Amino acid sequence: MRAGAPIAVASLLVGTSFGVLAEPVMGTVAPIVMSAIVFAGSAQFGALAVLAAGGGAGAAVAAGVLLNMRYLPMGISIAASTRGGWFRRGLAAQPLIDAGWAMSHRGDSRYDLPFMWGVTAVNYPMWVGGTALGVFAGDLIGEPDRLGLDALFPAFFLGLLVGEGSEGRRGWIAALLGATLALSLAPVTPPGVPVMAGSLAALIALQPRRENDVS
Amino acid sequence: MTSREWRKPRNKHVPVDVVSAVWATVIALTITTVATKAVGPAALGERDLPRLFTKVIELLAPAILAALIAVGTFTGADGDLVIDARAAGLAAAAAVFAVSRNSLLAAVAAAAIVAAAVRALGGT
Repeated sequence: MRAGAPIAVASLLVGTSFGVLAEPVMGTVAPIVMSAIVFAGSAQFGALAVLAAGGGAGAAVAAGVLLNMRYLPMGISIAASTRGGWFRRGLAAQPLIDAGWAMSHRGDSRYDLPFMWGVTAVNYPMWVGGTALGVFAGDLIGEPDRLGLDALFPAFFLGLLVGEGSEGRRGWIAALLGATLALSLAPVTPPGVPVMAGSLAALIALQPRRENDVS
Repeated sequence: MTSREWRKPRNKHVPVDVVSAVWATVIALTITTVATKAVGPAALGERDLPRLFTKVIELLAPAILAALIAVGTFTGADGDLVIDARAAGLAAAAAVFAVSRNSLLAAVAAAAIVAAAVRALGGT
């Protein structure tokens, strides 16, 4: 649980940012409920970004779902460390978060799930509490843009992106291609579509790897 | 929600159709998030998937994150391409990550401070 402390501090600040940014778009209650039951930072920020840009629920959910797609390989990676029937295995994966997942890796294909649950147990109240703090302190903080709070989204996502280091050179090519696709489409498509289109950059994985490519 | 809050809703400036879109988003994202986390362990147990399939999924995260960074930094309200204080903030965050890639707190703070400073000095 102590290992989760630095992440808990980060979670409190980013949760507070989420509350501040979400309140004008989503109202008072929805952001706190969202943090409590969705509990997936990047998907929440992604969905909020679409809603804030005037996109509908469909585009917002699609952005969130696409951002959450990384939980598929992460879930698959911990599958062998779960026990019991399908329901118990699925339940054991619910406290899955990026940092806890990475920290609980014990080499080969083994994951220390009780350790991951401990990280999440520290993280969860900070994320939800931070959101509530942001929602109610938002009025004191005032105009988020004046404080540069609209720069928090990209900085936060950049942090997740550099944390994706395990994908190596192909990860960076996919990132560059995804950003280029999104920016090319942004002026001519509805909000949410550019980011979804950017996800197509992941298809470069289908290109066969050269023998000497060890990245 | 208490009856007092009900009479004086804080978010009265949020139109009704936006409110329902917000709750539809919250509920749908809750269901899809639970399902996405559960499907691997529940369906697989200890089996392996085709390698190409997992490779594509792995690259989704960097592709989508980069798209979000690009759109969140370099597009205006109408989707037009702009360079403003957010670009300076992103550069500050990148500088922090270049020193230490685990400094999420410092990077996020640097982005906000630099963007705010640019605006305080008259930038957009």
